Amino acid sequence: MSLKSKDLVSIRGLDASDIGLILETAAGFKDVLGRDIKKVPALRGKTTVNLFYEPSTRTRTSFELAAKRLSTDVVNFSVSTSSVVKGESLRDTALTIQALGADIIIVRHSCSGVAHFLADNLGASVVNAGDGTNEHPTQALLDLFTIQERKEAIKGLRVAIVGDILHSRVAKSNMYALTTMGAKVRLIGPPTLVPEALEELGVEIFSDMDKGLRDVDIVMMLRIQMERQGKGFFPTTVEYFRNWGLTPERLSRAKKDALVMHPGPMNRGVEIASDVADGHNSVILDQVTNGLAVRMAVLYLLAGVKG
Amino acid sequence: MKIAIRNGRIIDPARGIDGIGDLVIEDGKIKAVKSQKSKGRSQRPEITGATREIDARGKLVLPGLVDLHVHLREPGYEYKETIRTGTAAAVRGGVTSVCCMPNTNPVNDNASVTEFILKKASAEGACWVYPIGAITKGQKGEELAEMSIMHEAGCVAFSDDGRPVMDSLMMRRALEYSKVMNVPLISHCEDLSLSSGGVMNEGLLSVTLGLKGIPPQAEEIMVARDIALAELTGGRLHIAHISTEGSVALVRAAKKRGIADVTAETCPHYFSATEEAVGDYRTNAKVNPPLRRKRDVEAIKEGLHDGTIDVIATDHAPHHRDEKLGEFDFAPSGISGLETLIGLSMRLVDEGVLSHEGLVEKTAVNPARIIGVDRGTLAPGAAADLTVVDTETEYTVGAAKFVSRGKNTPFDGWVLSARPVITISLGRIHEWE
Amino acid sequence: MPKELLNKEDIERIITRMAHEITERNRGVQSLCLIGIQRGGAHLARRLALKLGGIGGKTIPVGVLDIALYRDDFAVRKEQPVVRRTEVPFEISNEKVVLVDDVLFTGRSIRAAMDAVMDLGRPSAIQLAVLVDRGHRELPIKADFVGKNVPTSLEETVRVQFAEDGLEDRAVLE
Ligand SMILES: [Zn+2]
Ligand SMILES: [Zn+2]
Repeated sequence: MSLKSKDLVSIRGLDASDIGLILETAAGFKDVLGRDIKKVPALRGKTTVNLFYEPSTRTRTSFELAAKRLSTDVVNFSVSTSSVVKGESLRDTALTIQALGADIIIVRHSCSGVAHFLADNLGASVVNAGDGTNEHPTQALLDLFTIQERKEAIKGLRVAIVGDILHSRVAKSNMYALTTMGAKVRLIGPPTLVPEALEELGVEIFSDMDKGLRDVDIVMMLRIQMERQGKGFFPTTVEYFRNWGLTPERLSRAKKDALVMHPGPMNRGVEIASDVADGHNSVILDQVTNGLAVRMAVLYLLAGVKG
Repeated sequence: MKIAIRNGRIIDPARGIDGIGDLVIEDGKIKAVKSQKSKGRSQRPEITGATREIDARGKLVLPGLVDLHVHLREPGYEYKETIRTGTAAAVRGGVTSVCCMPNTNPVNDNASVTEFILKKASAEGACWVYPIGAITKGQKGEELAEMSIMHEAGCVAFSDDGRPVMDSLMMRRALEYSKVMNVPLISHCEDLSLSSGGVMNEGLLSVTLGLKGIPPQAEEIMVARDIALAELTGGRLHIAHISTEGSVALVRAAKKRGIADVTAETCPHYFSATEEAVGDYRTNAKVNPPLRRKRDVEAIKEGLHDGTIDVIATDHAPHHRDEKLGEFDFAPSGISGLETLIGLSMRLVDEGVLSHEGLVEKTAVNPARIIGVDRGTLAPGAAADLTVVDTETEYTVGAAKFVSRGKNTPFDGWVLSARPVITISLGRIHEWE
Repeated sequence: MPKELLNKEDIERIITRMAHEITERNRGVQSLCLIGIQRGGAHLARRLALKLGGIGGKTIPVGVLDIALYRDDFAVRKEQPVVRRTEVPFEISNEKVVLVDDVLFTGRSIRAAMDAVMDLGRPSAIQLAVLVDRGHRELPIKADFVGKNVPTSLEETVRVQFAEDGLEDRAVLE
């Protein structure tokens, strides 16, 4: 079995069998992570480059650890976006990195489409670690993996994604992944942050959180970017929390065994109450652990696709 | 030098001619035209002594096209295009008169820049060049430029194209003041606060691509405002590059009510492609206003058909390859359009949206009328600007082979069936196989 | 035309014989555990463990090992091998591990399996039991317990199938 593409640029580019293969492979890696020796020689001799145009300690560390546990050499290459505009072009930077012998390039960038552009222009495998407001495919895959660990099947589940859908690459990747795997997706948030056009994709949209959470199996909370405040998306974080914050009371509308997820880092008291974040429905820390297994699986599988 | 073009289908809507016939050029001027459908019986033109015989059998013989909206980039952005390469691209596209937008560096906001452009054009240009001056100094929207002096220097219209005049009072004053010269103001309609850094049409596609959208209303609000200001002032308003259904409706209503002196243009890309062309972040489909939805394309065709839209112009906006290669958000907007103008527009004739005559009206007669120049006709005595178009050919658009320095087009690889094989401009014959 | 190397009864007999050999060599089943290499070796290991348990009068720990992540053919293979579960739910440090596989060929799988086992702990010894040894070794590896030695050419393949996969127990040369 193999993935069809040398790159993981978007969930939209995957079908159910690709996603299934990644999740299955991730299960094997989760095994490895439970051992004393957490490293396997599978990708010995390969070089992985973390090309991060946006600061993100969490995601970068997760990818770095995943790559190291597969025995690849890892190089971190951080560029500040401000210097990019004036400095070396994206393509030149990427070609330089490739010329250094990178086999896998993990890229994060504040512009949508950058992972796609690099995948088209490079022979190396490109993994999208988040591009602008487009996609963050490994986050969605690790979320699916986490759900699959707790629920028998993804098919038929009712999943609510709550918050800033418009600017969230996590929300979009999850929406595509969940829909592909047969779950029913609801988007909840203020109309300024939930584009109505998404209804065309067969998802339901709610601005009333109490209604939207009714009988859902999964509640996925999104991080609210503080800088949206005062730009007309919502008046204040206080009002936001009042309408769309996940409190124990609100969570009670969902199924009893509903899972609460959050891609992190959380704004406690803005989108999620601490009681919920730390409560027994929360699988937020599982998500972090699973992220490692899923990223190992992705790197391992991509390395097997001959470009 | 005497040139005879024989057996072509001569289309000259200015004189109501559409028929097979012969045309003779002498000393850079049309000497005589004889076609079966000519009004008034003219004699078969003198054919003796022609130094050049051109057989145009099966081809169209059209007046050289007049493109109201071209960015020649010179001075200041010669790496994108120059007056020499831009006018050569025009001629390749059957265009023999171009109006060049003022967003150069320095901006064409004073007579010395206008004079520079005209001097350069007469030295190096392959066709007529009509500069368009800036409405405001530096296109900053703050102070009126010296429109009257620039008009004397040769500007045929005024525009802050590339950016709108956001201040309504400034636009009002400009429209009022333009009456001194009786020239049109060409308005790039975009409410900048609403378009707010958008890079493509707003809709499902922009959301799924994670690209910031520009709603059609960002254009329509300004179309409505400018029509209202034209009504208020009595100034002449020409609306550039209409891209939406709503804009067509607003112009149609304004024309019907007869309240304002308003004309409108669209570009080939707005009736040939939709936002889908952006596909997976294809920067060559990034243009402002952005490519829209199917319903907008249909509305624009209807607007061309019923006369709401007077002009097809290219908004030829060449960019350097490197600028379009990279982040979609950072890539400049624009399409290199001169060399696909006829190929894309002729599809409207094939679809029955326009007649051949209608097409020539939109691309030659009307634009010449709007800027008040004596072009766009094959009348005896007129300058011998013409193009011979093969409509039976089938060819693949190859951007790499463009004469223009700008190879940026979303139509690369499209199969089209009409293109000029001969253009006569400024007394020179340009021929291609 | 495939040639039958072993039938159901042959395999049964070999497992019984091997169980006795293993017991004899190790002087009983004390500190003994079996690890089968996915997938054929896993079935064999389970059967051997039952037999050994019968002889030794105690339950023999048995695990399965996936060697996909330890293989050495990264540069030459066409696609990634499927990653299957490794399940070794017991401590192997200071135990005697008998690796079990269905066919011993180049020795590369065994090399990978030994690396994988070493990452799980530090056994006091590793021994190797295989149903069929078809020769053509590329590494200095030798089985401790062999069901049947079969001379083969490189073009041939040895296929072993098991009842656990819904097929009849047999080994054939193709
Ligand atoms: Zn414009
Ligand atoms: Zn323009």
